[in-house]
Amino acid sequence: MATGTQPPPASTGVRGPSRAAIAPRHLRTDRWWLAPAATAAGLLAFIVYSTWRAFANDDYYAAPYVSPFYSPCLAENCAPMRSGPNWEIFGSWWGLSPALLILIFPLGFRLTCYYYRKAYYRGFWASPPACAVAEPHAKYSGETRFPLILQNIHRYFFYAAVPVAGILTYDTVLAFRDEHYAWGHMGLGSLIFLVNIVLIWAYTLSCHSCRHIIGGRLRHFSKHPVRYRLWDWAGRLNGRHMQLAWASLISVAVSDFYVYLLASGAFDDPRFF
Amino acid sequence: MSTGTDTDPGAGTGTSSAATGGGTGTSASASAYEAKFRVWRGDADGGELKDFAVEVNDGEVVLDIIHRLQATQAADLAVRWNCKAGKCGSCSAEINGRPRLMCMTRMSVFSREETITVTPLRAFPVIRDLVTDVSFNYTKAREVPSFVPPPGVAAGEYRMQQVDVDRSQEFRKCIECFLCQDTCHVVRDHEENKAAFAGPRFLMRVAELDMHPLDAAAESGLDRKKTAQDEHGLGYCNITKCCTEVCPEHIKITDNALIPLKERAVDRKYDPLVWLGNKIRRRGE
Ligand code: SF4
Ligand code: SF4
Ligand code: FES
Ligand code: FES
Repeated sequence: MATGTQPPPASTGVRGPSRAAIAPRHLRTDRWWLAPAATAAGLLAFIVYSTWRAFANDDYYAAPYVSPFYSPCLAENCAPMRSGPNWEIFGSWWGLSPALLILIFPLGFRLTCYYYRKAYYRGFWASPPACAVAEPHAKYSGETRFPLILQNIHRYFFYAAVPVAGILTYDTVLAFRDEHYAWGHMGLGSLIFLVNIVLIWAYTLSCHSCRHIIGGRLRHFSKHPVRYRLWDWAGRLNGRHMQLAWASLISVAVSDFYVYLLASGAFDDPRFF
Repeated sequence: MSTGTDTDPGAGTGTSSAATGGGTGTSASASAYEAKFRVWRGDADGGELKDFAVEVNDGEVVLDIIHRLQATQAADLAVRWNCKAGKCGSCSAEINGRPRLMCMTRMSVFSREETITVTPLRAFPVIRDLVTDVSFNYTKAREVPSFVPPPGVAAGEYRMQQVDVDRSQEFRKCIECFLCQDTCHVVRDHEENKAAFAGPRFLMRVAELDMHPLDAAAESGLDRKKTAQDEHGLGYCNITKCCTEVCPEHIKITDNALIPLKERAVDRKYDPLVWLGNKIRRRGE
C-alpha cells in the first residue's frame, strides 16, 4: 500500500500534467463518503468490543454456553466447562486471557479476507476512499511488497478457520443442554448459538480461497463433475460474501455478549424446553 | 431552473412514460425542460468547466444532450461515440464524477435542478474536450501474450465443453470501454504505476486465458499465473472493486477474474501443498 501519507503533490494522478485540467480531486455529487464511513464505524465498534472482551478474561462461560471468543480454551486458567472445549495444550504458564491464544486464527482469517481487505483499505486507509475519488497518498505499491504481500497467506487462515468452525459447531451442540448438563433442552442461548454457527459456516464456505480450492483452480470442469457442482455452490455463497462477513461478525459478538450477560448475572437464560 | 416548461417534446421522442421508467426525481408528464450542464472544454494545454443551459426531452441520455450542445451552442465540442447503444465502448466519460457511458446514462436519473458535470476520463491524457488518448490500454493489451494453440490439434478441430468456457464467456462480454481502467486508483491516482500495471481489463484477459480449456501456454513454458504477478502487476490490485462498480457490462471483474487470478498466483508461488501435489501427480488441471 501507499508508503507516504503526505498530501500528494498537485502534479500527480488526476491532476497530472497530461490529464484534463480539473482542480478538484473528485466531482462526485452523491454521498460517496457514507459507505466508507459506515464501514469504518462498524469495524471500529467491533474492534473495541472484541478487544475489551478478549482481554477481560472473565464472564465467558455460563453453563452450558461458552463464548465463541474463548472456544476452544487452550490454557489451564480456563473456566472448567463440562465436556466443553477445554484443551490445556498451553498448560499453566499461560497467564493471560486464553481468548488471545485462539482469536489469532479468526482474526487472521478476517484480516486477510478479500472482503475485509476491501473494507479497510477503503474505510481506514482511503485507498481509494471511493471510486473515482482521488486517494490522499503520494505513493502506492498495493499488495506487491511486505507487509501487504502477506495477504497472500489468506488460504492458510482458511484452512485454520475450518476446524475452528468445527469446534464452534460442537459448542452449539453442547448448548442443547440445560445448566445442569441434562441433554435435550433449548433456551434462547441455544437459538443464538445456532444462528451464529450457521452464519459462521456460511461465511467460511463463501470464502474466495475456499471457492478456488474446491474447484476454481481447475481448468476442465467437465472432467470433475462433483467439484464443479461444489464450486457452483461455493460461488453462489461467495456472491453474498460481504453480507455474510457482516452478519457473522455481528452474530459472533451477539453470542459473546449473550454469554457475558448470563455469566455476569444480568439475567437468566429463558428456556424453551 | 423552471421545472415545468412544457415546450415542444422534440422530434420523434414522444412522451411515452415507459421511456422514463427508471426515473426517480422527474415527473413523466412534463416532457421538455432546460438542464444545467457543465462540460469540460480544453486540451492538453489546459481547459475549464463551461456552463451551458440546454434542452432535455423525455427518454434522452447524456450523449443526446452533448449532441444537442454540439448542434446548437458548441459546434466544435469534441466527443467520441459510435453506437449509441452501449456496445462500442466509445462514449466513456465522467458524469458527476462517475465514470460512465454517456449513451447509457439516462437523463431521468438526475433531478431537473441539479447541474450535470461531464468531463473526459481523468486517468488518461486528454486530447480535446471529452476525448482522451486511450492508447495506454492498447499497449497493455499487446503485452498480454495471446492464446497459445494446443499442439497437435488442427484449427477447426478444437472441441470445448460449455461448462469449461462458461467462466471466460463472462469476460468476453467486455466492450473495451476502459471505464474500469479509468477508475482503477492504481493508475488513476499514480501515473508512475502505469508501466507496471496492466489494469483490471487486461488482468481479466490473463485470467480468461489461464482458464481457457485449450490454451497451451503452460506447455510452451509460459506460466500465466506467474506472469500475472511478475509482468502484469496483479499485486498492485488491492481488490477494492471499483472496476466492478463501473463496468457497464456488469462483469464481476474482481470476484470472478482478479481474485481467482490472485488465488492461482498463490497456488503457484505461496502454497507448498499445491506445489507438491502438482509435482507428484501432474493432474489437477
Ligand atoms: S479491484 Fe483492483 S483492478 Fe479493480 S479497480 Fe480496484 S485495484 Fe483496480
Ligand atoms: S471490463 Fe467492463 S468496464 Fe472494463 S473495459 Fe470491459 S466492459 Fe468496460
Ligand atoms: S474469508 Fe473472505 S475471502 Fe476468504
Ligand atoms: S456510443 Fe457506443 S457505447 Fe456509447
